[in-house]
Amino acid sequence: MTTAADLTARRPASERLIEVGLRAAAAVGILTTVGLIIVLLYETVEFLALVGPLDFFGGTKWSPSITPYAWGVWPLITGTMLVSGLAILFGAPLGLLAGIYLALYASDRVRNIVKPTLEMIAGIPTIVLGFFAITVITPQLLKPIFPDIGGFNALAGGIVVGILITPLIASLSDDALRAVPRALGEGAYAMGATKFEVIRSAIVPAALSGIFASLILALSRAIGETMAVVLAVGANPQLTLDPRESVQTMTAFIVAVSLGDTPAGSIQFKALFAVGAVLFTITFLLNILSERIVRRFRQVY
Amino acid sequence: MDAAAVQPRFEPRLARRKLYGTIFYGLCILAVAILILAILILLVDVFIRALPWLSLDFITGVPSRRAAEAGIWPAILGSLLIVGLATVFAFPIGLAAAIYLEEYASDTRTNRLLRTNISNLSGVPSIVYGIFGLAIFVRALSLGYTPLSAALTLALLILPVVIIVTMEALRAVPRAQREGAYALGATRWQVTARAVLPAAWGGILTGIILALARAIGETAPLILVGAAGFVTFAPSVLGEGFTVLPMQIFQWAGLPQADFQGLAAAAIVVLLVMLLLLNAVALLLRARLGRHIQW
Repeated sequence: MTTAADLTARRPASERLIEVGLRAAAAVGILTTVGLIIVLLYETVEFLALVGPLDFFGGTKWSPSITPYAWGVWPLITGTMLVSGLAILFGAPLGLLAGIYLALYASDRVRNIVKPTLEMIAGIPTIVLGFFAITVITPQLLKPIFPDIGGFNALAGGIVVGILITPLIASLSDDALRAVPRALGEGAYAMGATKFEVIRSAIVPAALSGIFASLILALSRAIGETMAVVLAVGANPQLTLDPRESVQTMTAFIVAVSLGDTPAGSIQFKALFAVGAVLFTITFLLNILSERIVRRFRQVY
Repeated sequence: MDAAAVQPRFEPRLARRKLYGTIFYGLCILAVAILILAILILLVDVFIRALPWLSLDFITGVPSRRAAEAGIWPAILGSLLIVGLATVFAFPIGLAAAIYLEEYASDTRTNRLLRTNISNLSGVPSIVYGIFGLAIFVRALSLGYTPLSAALTLALLILPVVIIVTMEALRAVPRAQREGAYALGATRWQVTARAVLPAAWGGILTGIILALARAIGETAPLILVGAAGFVTFAPSVLGEGFTVLPMQIFQWAGLPQADFQGLAAAAIVVLLVMLLLLNAVALLLRARLGRHIQW
């Protein structure tokens, strides 16, 4: 005979089992993070033992395939910064203005068309934007302006990565602007401010932390962007801030090594992990910074 | 004090202030217009380049050194196989993890860490997942440069997305739905499985399909785990040598001849059509599964 006590006794056991299973699934994320860090650290330490940390972090020449090898990571970092800096230069104003338009000007009808369109743009595979850079941006837009620009250049990469991060900035700053309480704007209107003045001096300042966080997240996205950049900017690691030059980003180097026949265990192979570790560290710090800003400066209304 | 000296300071100068406003509004519209125009140009340009190359033979053919004979069948099969497998791996784990974090986890330090960790993982560049896949799946587990390694790598990549969208879908189910089930004596799992999940399916499936759409466009991590540019045979799960659609595009786009650029454009059109179909399915699902629920 089954008593009420049996029922209550049996159920929690299976319930506990389910909970343990669910919890294990949730832990896969932690395992991934820990695994990532171990993998990157392990090969990076081996690489640094071979090359020397000073040469890697202090050197200004990167020559991984042509002897004499040089392992100074700075050309890759400046290349990455150049492209993502240009991307922010294009993407930030476009994204912010689009975000302000969506949050504060657009009617619901227009919003319901524009917002999904932006999401669609954000969903375009980045390789497609890379193709756009080499077939349209460089030959048809940049060549007429800078006649001596090469087929691969940082500027084209910056433009397409800028297009790529614009929807992200627009969408996140739209969220931030819409989270500003109505009363703030109404108060400014009551003081006789025009709509532009309300936006400029009441709403945008109140949403500034969210906007700033969206820019940092976009920068992190731009730094990690790979395929658009590989196609657009080429593979020429050099220490330059001239956007007309071909450079190589950290991500592009990783792809270049993987495409070549690099034997596992070779120094080039280990360099891939070391550059990956630098990339991971930079984007990770930026993501955490962005999160901190949102949490720290979130105003409680 | 002289009235004329004070007056200008309080002069509303409304006309000019309104003009600034109009200019700013114009800039906002311009920003949206530039973005949409850029994408329109991209789409039209790709389509025009692709048009001469799009044919049934192109879809069902295999890559060739001669552009006129080249096709993308192995790439299409590779994409479907790898993304399909990745979804099979990521979906159950992602669903379970999301249920735990949203329905079970109390607000302890560990659980907060789990949540933060998920959002951090979603910000890790996709190529870094490729490095992880190379070290763990290809080498440590000796799975080699196979579609299986690629699928496992992609599964890890989309896992945070799957978890985040599933959590959002679960959160959208009203509290009353749970309270009602608890009131009938249901256990936590019964509440989750019979009261919450059925109501959240629409949102969950939509999110999964959007994660799929992201996975199908990924190239960089797959290059690290062995996607190649010239594969003329259909992929098998444990066989070395595979390609995916974006990889094929990358390979052709990098060749200098205009013919291969045309092929790349044609492959892009196929990829975009696949994405469009996925998005349409997501929209349809959202409409269908959401319809009978009324809060």
